Amino acid sequence: MNAQELLQLADDELVLGWRNSEWTGIAPFLEEDVAFSSIAQTEIGHARAWYELAAKELGTDADALAFDRAPEEYLCAPLVEMRMVDDWARTIARHWLYETADRIRIQVLLNSIDREVAGLAEKIDREEAYHRMHAEMWAERLRDEPRFREAVDELWPYALGLLPEEQRPLFCQAFERDEGAAVERGDHTESLLPLWKEMTMVRRSVPGASW
Amino acid sequence: MVTAERVWEALAEIPDPEIPVISLVELGVVRNVEVNGERVHVGFTPTFLGCPALEVMRDQMAGRIRELGAEPDVEVLSEGWSSDRITEEGRRKLRDSGFAPPSRGAPATLVQIQTGAHPCPYCGSTDTRLDNLFGPTPCRSIRYCNACRQPFEQFKTL
Repeated sequence: MNAQELLQLADDELVLGWRNSEWTGIAPFLEEDVAFSSIAQTEIGHARAWYELAAKELGTDADALAFDRAPEEYLCAPLVEMRMVDDWARTIARHWLYETADRIRIQVLLNSIDREVAGLAEKIDREEAYHRMHAEMWAERLRDEPRFREAVDELWPYALGLLPEEQRPLFCQAFERDEGAAVERGDHTESLLPLWKEMTMVRRSVPGASW
Repeated sequence: MVTAERVWEALAEIPDPEIPVISLVELGVVRNVEVNGERVHVGFTPTFLGCPALEVMRDQMAGRIRELGAEPDVEVLSEGWSSDRITEEGRRKLRDSGFAPPSRGAPATLVQIQTGAHPCPYCGSTDTRLDNLFGPTPCRSIRYCNACRQPFEQFKTL
């Protein structure tokens, strides 16, 4: 697996982890404060593991990849960049779409000929099982809620953009939807820059800082 | 010269940084110990990737090995840890401290977690319900015992 592919995974997990953590303290109720904080922590842990693999190939370290790149160098998909507090229906729609897509790409990585990648995918898959259960539980609760359904429709093209083209048919099957046009990786949304500024603030003010 | 047995004993004295009733050996994160002269190699399988206790565990193991007069080499193995690796003694200690041990055999499904028999660590009743899949650390869920009306922490099955 090349460093660019590893960075796509890592950037998706880091940025979404960051977005999920924005619910800490202000989720609709206490259980979800805890849930979204814990999910954010695990996503960022997964990001670090992918960054470490990419860092070996690129001869750098995980922190440098996570925090020392310019915003336009990040390879995350637009879906994960959007700021969604204080819209719970959209947050759950993204969570559900993301976790389902993430499972599809992790299943592919389980069979990677690179043993490190396959081993890491196996670990991550076990942990992600809890994220999926949580997402599916909420999707079930909100299933008939118009705001939730509209959010899924709105985010569908962005969700497609998470996956390489060959993996999209499986994703469509999971949701019983037609593929349609995708919002591809490449261009970033306006939401990325403010997030990047906040996320990299410490490293930019004290270069090389670790904590 | 230090023996592998002595290293295992030393590692068995290190408490888990977040659940100190159980040792790293009982938690099942130490996969193997090899002694090559002055050098001690430890194969270590972390629990959850996002767990902030990982560095602490690694540093503590290295510290104990140095105290034994050897040079530590703690390797993080790529194979995964499973909650089935917690020893019987470890499970007993968890339960005794009000912390329900994981059920056996991943993968878990939401239905299993909601309807399976998860005994309360305080009163033993299986009349318990899932309160939150997530808890204060990545490895824990929150359940509630209807019999003794007590919330408790449940180690996740991984």
